[in-house]
Amino acid sequence: MEPLLLKDRTAIAGIGQTAYAKSLPASELVLACQAVKAALADAGIHPSEVDGLSSYTLEPFMEVEVARNLGMGDVTWFSQVGYGGGAGCAVVGNAAMAVATGQCRVAVAWRSRKRGSAASRPWAQVGARIAGTGQWSRPWGLVRPVDEIAMLARRYMHEFGATRDHLANVALAFRKHANRNPAAMMHDKPMTRDDYIHSRWVSEPLCLFDNCLESDGAVAAVIVDASRAADLPQPTVLIHAFGQGLNTQHQTMTNYHRDDPLMGPAWACADVLWRHADVGPADVKVAQIYDAFSPLVPLSLEGYGFCKRGEGADFTNDGNIEWPDGALPVNTSGGGMSEAYVHGFNLIAEAVRQVRGTSTAQVLGADTALVTSGEGVPTSALVLREGGR
Amino acid sequence: MGMVEAYPLPLIDSTTAPFWEATLRGELRMQTCASCGGMRFPPRPMCPRCGSLEHEWRLMSGRGAVWSFVVPHPPLLPAFMPLAPFNVVVVALDEGSALRMVGNLVASPDGPINEIDPGTIQIGQPVRVVFQRVADDVALPRWIRVEGEP
Repeated sequence: MEPLLLKDRTAIAGIGQTAYAKSLPASELVLACQAVKAALADAGIHPSEVDGLSSYTLEPFMEVEVARNLGMGDVTWFSQVGYGGGAGCAVVGNAAMAVATGQCRVAVAWRSRKRGSAASRPWAQVGARIAGTGQWSRPWGLVRPVDEIAMLARRYMHEFGATRDHLANVALAFRKHANRNPAAMMHDKPMTRDDYIHSRWVSEPLCLFDNCLESDGAVAAVIVDASRAADLPQPTVLIHAFGQGLNTQHQTMTNYHRDDPLMGPAWACADVLWRHADVGPADVKVAQIYDAFSPLVPLSLEGYGFCKRGEGADFTNDGNIEWPDGALPVNTSGGGMSEAYVHGFNLIAEAVRQVRGTSTAQVLGADTALVTSGEGVPTSALVLREGGR
Repeated sequence: MGMVEAYPLPLIDSTTAPFWEATLRGELRMQTCASCGGMRFPPRPMCPRCGSLEHEWRLMSGRGAVWSFVVPHPPLLPAFMPLAPFNVVVVALDEGSALRMVGNLVASPDGPINEIDPGTIQIGQPVRVVFQRVADDVALPRWIRVEGEP
């Protein structure tokens, strides 16, 4: 039997978000309900029509609570994806598969996250004894996500001659973009290369500005059939291709035990993503790349095929990832490092805005956008395209 | 060092017990498939090459080289705060380039994890394993530089 292809069968018809801030008084549930409500309003769809729910396993409440609060009717499909920041595009992609196969008609996907909540920082709840893969790293003081990624970053710098200047390229580009985006937490907070170089260490070779923000907020998206989307108020943003990936012998975060640890899950995800797409990296006009830590950006640029292995750092030179003149503007809302860290779901909203033509750093002719989720963990990605062409 | 008790320690189960029992004897042993001979780390029940559940624990030379390292700074777990900044290394064992272990570079088996100047740590540095007893059932493998080599 021929596989049912997802290509262009579904669309993101609505996006919604809360304010982003270091601390919001509302609970994760309230934030999720606000973002989903806003996304449905954006799509012009009443909550009672929602029959599909897609979320991260790290949500601190059950998705049934969102249905109860928003007054949804009978929900016929619901699912969650694990691996934290690796989940984002898969949460949307799985909803698209459910819509494409008729398991539901209107799916909502979201992430609601508060920096201070226990569910947001599994590493900080280290008990006296560690089960699982953490027992092979935490006893020696390799505990935080930043430490785990810094280990790969140092090796990457060693193997390919990448420098802190390359990582600064990433941080500075995203900050520049955030300064055009009034919703970004780092709006009106410009950063210079000197600020970057002199910021405090967090885990050498990574400094404060190599890290994403600590933020509270929620973002949601509405996924419907493409033909339904064409009748809704917003420009149609087609889900052109979707991929998930975890490559052979991958170990989550402490991915040090495979033959080549610098080829992460992005490589496996890119393979299925581009295989299902009519386009390739050269057709992508704007990319939203998961940036919990700056080195994930060059690693992802390589994994998704924008350059060869080891060339991701140099790809960031000369403003190449900056709006408006770079060959591939990346994280045009500021990303996790300068807009907000909502486990990458804000990257999906920005990709939708780019294809709609409504970004605050709008790329001209952005008919094709890539969004990626967390590298260093089992991951996922989406290619979004303008409909009605 | 009073902080040692507060380190997060491994939860030893039936899969990992032989590794930790060996460290108590001052031995570094890698899980080795009894069917195909492939070595694997971290330990797990099944051989990813041939699917066998049978395995033995092969004694390693204890030699390796620094593959990468980081220098964590605060904020950190309370146990590690007084020691910051310190080093954490990944060491590739001589017996297999993909046999890599997280550890600390120290000057002596029981030395603190911040006694080496991080500026002197180099990728590729040859090292050998030592063990620090941190609990009745746990001795942590750690690494000291091999004398006379870069």
